[in-house]
Amino acid sequence: MRYAMAIDTKKCIGCSDCVVACQVENNVPIGYCRDWVVEATSGTYPELFMELRSERCNHCSNAPCVRCCPTEASHYGMGGIVLVDPDECIGCKACIVSCPYDARFVHPEGYVDKCTFCIHKVEKGENPACVDVCPTKCMYFGDTDDPNSEISKLLKKRKWKTLIPEAGTEPNIYYLT
Amino acid sequence: MSINRREFIKLSGLGLTGLALAIPIFDWATSSILPSNSNPYTSKLIPTYCEVCFWKCAGWAHLNDKNELWKLTGNDDDPHCNGRFCPRGTGGVGMYYDDDRLKTPLIRKTINGKQKFVESSWDDAFNLIVKKMNTISNNYGPESLALFTHGSSGAYFKRLLKAFGTKNITKPSWAQCRGPREVAFFNTFGEGIGSPERVDIRDTKCLVLIGSHIGENMHNGQVQELSDAIDKNASIITVDPRFSTVASKSKFWLPIKPSTDIALLLSWINIIINEEWYDKKFVKKYTYGFDDLKKHVKQFTPEWAYGITTIKPDIIKKTAKEMANASPSVIVHPGRHVTWYGDDTQRLRAVAILNALLGSWGRRGGFYNPEKKKLPSIPHPKYPKPKWSWKEAVNGKYALTFSSLANGLVDATIPATDREHNIKGWFVAGTNLISTLPNTSRTLKAIQNLELMVVIDTMPMEITGYADVILPECTYLERYDSIRVSGHREPTIALRSPVMKPKYNTKSAWWMAKELSNRLNLNDYFPYNTQEEELDWQLKQIGSTLKEMEKIGVKKYNREFDDLYPLSNLDDFEFNTNTGKIELYSTAMEKAGFEPMPKYTIHEEPPEGYYRLIYGRAPMHTFSRTANNPNLTDLMDENKIWINPKVAKEWDFINNQKIWLENQDGIISSFPIKIRVTERIRWDSIYMVHGFGHSNKKLTRAHGKGISDSELITKVHIDPEMGGTGMRGNFVTFLTENPHKGVQ
Repeated sequence: MRYAMAIDTKKCIGCSDCVVACQVENNVPIGYCRDWVVEATSGTYPELFMELRSERCNHCSNAPCVRCCPTEASHYGMGGIVLVDPDECIGCKACIVSCPYDARFVHPEGYVDKCTFCIHKVEKGENPACVDVCPTKCMYFGDTDDPNSEISKLLKKRKWKTLIPEAGTEPNIYYLT
Repeated sequence: MSINRREFIKLSGLGLTGLALAIPIFDWATSSILPSNSNPYTSKLIPTYCEVCFWKCAGWAHLNDKNELWKLTGNDDDPHCNGRFCPRGTGGVGMYYDDDRLKTPLIRKTINGKQKFVESSWDDAFNLIVKKMNTISNNYGPESLALFTHGSSGAYFKRLLKAFGTKNITKPSWAQCRGPREVAFFNTFGEGIGSPERVDIRDTKCLVLIGSHIGENMHNGQVQELSDAIDKNASIITVDPRFSTVASKSKFWLPIKPSTDIALLLSWINIIINEEWYDKKFVKKYTYGFDDLKKHVKQFTPEWAYGITTIKPDIIKKTAKEMANASPSVIVHPGRHVTWYGDDTQRLRAVAILNALLGSWGRRGGFYNPEKKKLPSIPHPKYPKPKWSWKEAVNGKYALTFSSLANGLVDATIPATDREHNIKGWFVAGTNLISTLPNTSRTLKAIQNLELMVVIDTMPMEITGYADVILPECTYLERYDSIRVSGHREPTIALRSPVMKPKYNTKSAWWMAKELSNRLNLNDYFPYNTQEEELDWQLKQIGSTLKEMEKIGVKKYNREFDDLYPLSNLDDFEFNTNTGKIELYSTAMEKAGFEPMPKYTIHEEPPEGYYRLIYGRAPMHTFSRTANNPNLTDLMDENKIWINPKVAKEWDFINNQKIWLENQDGIISSFPIKIRVTERIRWDSIYMVHGFGHSNKKLTRAHGKGISDSELITKVHIDPEMGGTGMRGNFVTFLTENPHKGVQ
């Protein structure tokens, strides 16, 4: 089982609902976020192209944060979800430096925090909060090891990319283009 | 001159009187005013509908295991949101937790020659209001009281003031927003557009947006349907001087020169008629004045429009063909905030005519026919008949409006020799008129002439600083409200029920209006002792109960008429117009002395060194009302000024540099704004999101963040047909040095 997310950049409007839904769902303190929206514009007026992307931890299959963690606080959970155990975390920030996606931050309570794919919901068979709330329905969550899952079918049908593939982290967030 | 009778009072003035409110220190970076990290696995659900914007999505409030408000999610049965709240709805929790909220009734008093707000009991506040209402009524008549309202709470004050004897009740959402489109469509199809808009986006093949930035205006159901349309490969044509979010998703983006939209629309009409791309059967059966229109638009060729709009003739033709190919499943969207240049009714008439030619009215993928559940109103005696109303207040001008004008009632508050009646008292419920209305100085001038001003709000918005009495309302998460009845593809009703007990000494507007009605001997208009009884009575009239609604939140009803797309089969249809037809040539407008068919008028262009001020929306904010919401300011806490790189180079500007703006009338922004250098805006315009630049320090997260477009909109182009306030004809230049240095 390999949990992954596909995000359709053709539909994303960058409204940040995913950000606030995550914040409320997971009690992320004001001033911090586990996901965020990127706007990338290229060209010169009026020949322009713009892509909007909701970004977060890529839950990499070859995660540098897990490899470099001295206490094994960063670890792989169910379906490859990358997690941090707050009790084991000593706040050394090695994982923050190692992450090419800048997905981690130090929680005011001293441990490193980041996206969990809302594992507390996934365990109950639900979607992460960001996927559930998205008004454009541009986010898809599922198991890429299952060829019949919606996400597997989408990745077969549509063009996609991942972020910074050259880092060799084998990210599990796919952007449909 | 002595000090103004009505100084703006900072609520902090309280401290000096020893009556300070307990205001906690808000530590921005580390503290959390949101619920403590409790177990998020349990949750109790309470139905509500959202009040962060006017879309009113129905959903559920979830409580955590400590019975604290945890999160808000959409109700799957609600056609406004289909189970998905927008960022503002999701962030609605911040409205409840915002510790800058109004906390107790306040009364303006003069202490040692200085005006201050002092805490008051509800009794004292009500008694003062009643005394002043009666004085105004005795001296000038009850008609001299006016209500400005936006949102749910206005309903109860409307009932109260109508019972008192005035019909001077107004919503800025008309003349400052969608009025022109309603008037234009009414004078074409005999029906308006309404809210949510009756546009069948999910089934359309071609969506044309003219300055409408769906996706940045986060009108939930509409945004969801836009996404459905993208999924189904509908072609989108966006006309905007700015590369908006939806422009980036469009097959065609037409980067039009601002203020020239009517020229483009007329050339589209010209080519669709000349090339015979219009829906001939539809036009023949349903429309009036086709030959006149054909003659009228003959001169408005794409080549003519090119010189005005800067849109190339072949693009005009291609996009016209794109619409015709999709006909009748095509929507030339009427937009929502359409008060731009003062000829807005005419522009929207051109939009309506284009839709008529394409046969999209009453057809699948075009405009559907919404149906609403009829909800009987609470039984009460007849309202007294006022001797005059808003119509007389504007001296009978603006013949085509069928709703009151907020700006008209502001004008009627400033004494004038050519008018018999004056407004003397304002109730302001849920609308920050300082930001809502253009030309802030005129609003302030009107306020100086008031004998009573009552503000009902949840937050210390700028307007509260000018009140005689502030009534602190609890948020939508702490109260019942009217049953939401909305027109949609299928009729639904939705319940808002209290999730939490009101925080602080705040109360619902229903309770305030009822208490005032008792003191004014108008109790018969509020016959029920509790709001629960009132709602239960009403719900029972339409086959439901309060108990049922508390469980389901949203109730769907079957349509009574099978006419979602009434013109699909070209069945006979009588339109509510003079001719009973769709009026391409408007007989009513002609009779009222206006152009029966739209014409292009030239608008002023920015002088050298100035740029057109264009404003818009961000998906995580609603007007100025969310600017202090802790969750939503976390997403966006200030607006920035968008400047084209060419302009930035000329002025030697860099990203995030702070500048001040000065408009054509010498008005300077109160605060600086950061620069965003971006290709997404034309070189002759600048852009900013509306709703920022709050001056009230009590809005601790919003104060001084970004600037207010409203204070720079001093030149207002009034639509002579319906009184709308055109606000896009203002120009600004840049100041790099602080112009307020040394000024107190």
